[in-house]
Amino acid sequence: MNWISALPELVLACAGMAILVFGVLAPKNAFRLASMFTIAAFLITAMLVMGGTTSLGYSGLFSSDAFSQFVKLLILAAATLGVIVSLDYSEHENMQRFEFPVLILLSTVGMMLMASAANLMSLYLGVELMSLSIYVLAAFARDNLRSAEAGLKYFVLGALASGLLLYGISLVYGFSGSMNFADLSAELTSASQASTGVTIGVVFIVAGLAFKVSAVPFHMWTPDVYEGAPTPVTAFMGTAPKVAAMALLVRLLSGPFAHLLAQWQQLIVLVAIASMLLGSLAAIGQKNIKRLMAYSSIGHMGYALVGLAAGTPLGVKGVLIYLVTYVFMNVGTFACILAMRRRGRAVEGIADLAGLAKTDLGMALWLAIFMFSMAGIPPFSGFWGKLFIFQAAVTQGMWVLAVIGVLTSVIGAYYYIRIIKVMFFDDAAEAFDARPASLSFVAVAGGLFTTGFFLFAAPVEAAALAAAKVIFG
Amino acid sequence: MIATLAFYLFAGILLVSAAMVVSARNPVHAVLFLILSFFNAAALFLLAGAEFLAMILVIVYVGAVAVLFLFVVMMLDINFTQLREGFQRYLPVGATIGVVLLAELVIVFGGWRIAPGSDAHRFAPIDVAVENTRQIGNILYTDYILLFQASGLILLVAMIGAIVLTLRDRKTSLHQVVSKQVARMPADTLVMVDVIRGAGVPADHYLRPKVAPVAAPEAAHDSHGHGGHH
Repeated sequence: MNWISALPELVLACAGMAILVFGVLAPKNAFRLASMFTIAAFLITAMLVMGGTTSLGYSGLFSSDAFSQFVKLLILAAATLGVIVSLDYSEHENMQRFEFPVLILLSTVGMMLMASAANLMSLYLGVELMSLSIYVLAAFARDNLRSAEAGLKYFVLGALASGLLLYGISLVYGFSGSMNFADLSAELTSASQASTGVTIGVVFIVAGLAFKVSAVPFHMWTPDVYEGAPTPVTAFMGTAPKVAAMALLVRLLSGPFAHLLAQWQQLIVLVAIASMLLGSLAAIGQKNIKRLMAYSSIGHMGYALVGLAAGTPLGVKGVLIYLVTYVFMNVGTFACILAMRRRGRAVEGIADLAGLAKTDLGMALWLAIFMFSMAGIPPFSGFWGKLFIFQAAVTQGMWVLAVIGVLTSVIGAYYYIRIIKVMFFDDAAEAFDARPASLSFVAVAGGLFTTGFFLFAAPVEAAALAAAKVIFG
Repeated sequence: MIATLAFYLFAGILLVSAAMVVSARNPVHAVLFLILSFFNAAALFLLAGAEFLAMILVIVYVGAVAVLFLFVVMMLDINFTQLREGFQRYLPVGATIGVVLLAELVIVFGGWRIAPGSDAHRFAPIDVAVENTRQIGNILYTDYILLFQASGLILLVAMIGAIVLTLRDRKTSLHQVVSKQVARMPADTLVMVDVIRGAGVPADHYLRPKVAPVAAPEAAHDSHGHGGHH
């Protein structure tokens, strides 16, 4: 029994309940204070994560190691930025209820549990805790029909994905006799050893998790939910949960099922190619920027899966670096989208950005940086993420995958750069309202990170490599 | 001998009451038979040595679930005779499907063979010296404490979600603010009225409501100085 290994999660969960009680008892509307406390709780938890030790606790259910630390810090950063971008929007749209930050916090606890899962059961409970909170958050603007629709759609399809995941877990347990990652990797030491049942179970688990990262055959919910959910929720949904689910896929496939590489590799390759293609092609015709970001995130998850498909520490390192760059450019872009507000009303059309450079050069510049970065143009961080991913694929001789990846990112560059064209070369539309400081802060933080990533890429790379090596033992 | 007798007694009542659950005409009777079958199932668990499961069955299923069913049946007022109207018409189809399923089950169980070495694994390796309540407690609260607490958090999220998405503060709803009621002074709402000397004081004449006159007896009551019940 090792209580200390989950200390960050315990502290965060207790803080969440304390904030909940505070919000209920507070005489006035406690939204802003509750948000501040939540941010403080995230920062304290991040410090605890950094001071954590490598250990396997709770009868082998929970593992705290370099990989989980890396992922948790990224999740906490994404969640903190998610709370900050929600501050202003919630007050404008009359959804300033203290439950909002509490739900983000509890969802973060679930994600941290996912990052540390060392057993299929803790994996499942982490996924559920994360998802259930996000279902509620997606429907948080309950008087808005589209928000309610987004919540319901996400909930129903998410329940289906949970069913697939559970079915896969039960098959793996039934055919291998254990749910513990350590036991599984000790038992499944060669591809020939695994029975068909285990393979089918792995396929179902991958399907369930692919739904959470919105990879292609399981992406249908993404555009509608992204568009319908309140924008700060979309910003949160597009970053932290993707990181957690991707980390879980990495830990699962490269950990206990590492020797079944031949079985799952083709599956991941297929999903990656389909995601990259759909992400770059379907986004071209979009007029709503939130829908565009949905297709963009599908494409990005496809690139991240390329690194996983390589099946090497180098590939996992690429995935982790890709996730780091993805989180910061995504949250920065959403900060800019949230600042699109005209006469107090939020606008979401790409056409609304017309001539932004003439009315608000700062915002246009930051948004242009994010778009260049997402398109993968050097020296921005998005380029480095793609570089490490394709490098890993090429090292493994997966030329076809790498070439398709490069081609789709060229196609994708079209719609990213079209936004820049709209902002800089179209006739100016009416100016947006003044930006609140919180959104400027997040946009600048994300922009600085994206621009200056190459300056501090070495320590991130070293940390990612150390984390990746933990998975491969 | 007695254990066998008890087993057949409880099992027999269980089967009969389970059959009554689906055949009883009155839905309330059906739920009551369901409760009876729960009790008998609990007794069977006791005979098998699983006293914890027996108690849980009584507490959770009889105490909560069945009573909930009873309330639902009473409140929904479903017309069950109407539901049964198509029974005759659909009987042939239903019976055919039932027979097919039964045949499949027979085939499955007929071809069922137990793997040679599986006898040794048939029972979970439990320590007979430790009673099963303690064993379940060990698993739930020691081995799987993390999962137990995580499930608790999931239920908390479900509760928060239900409240956030449905609870509305209507403008028309009436709230009782106790502190306001207690702090209310007679002078806030009542005025002194001059009375003609020597003419006697009518019972409702010295303190009056400030604005709209309320019913006389109430004003008289307020005048005694504890006007706290508005």
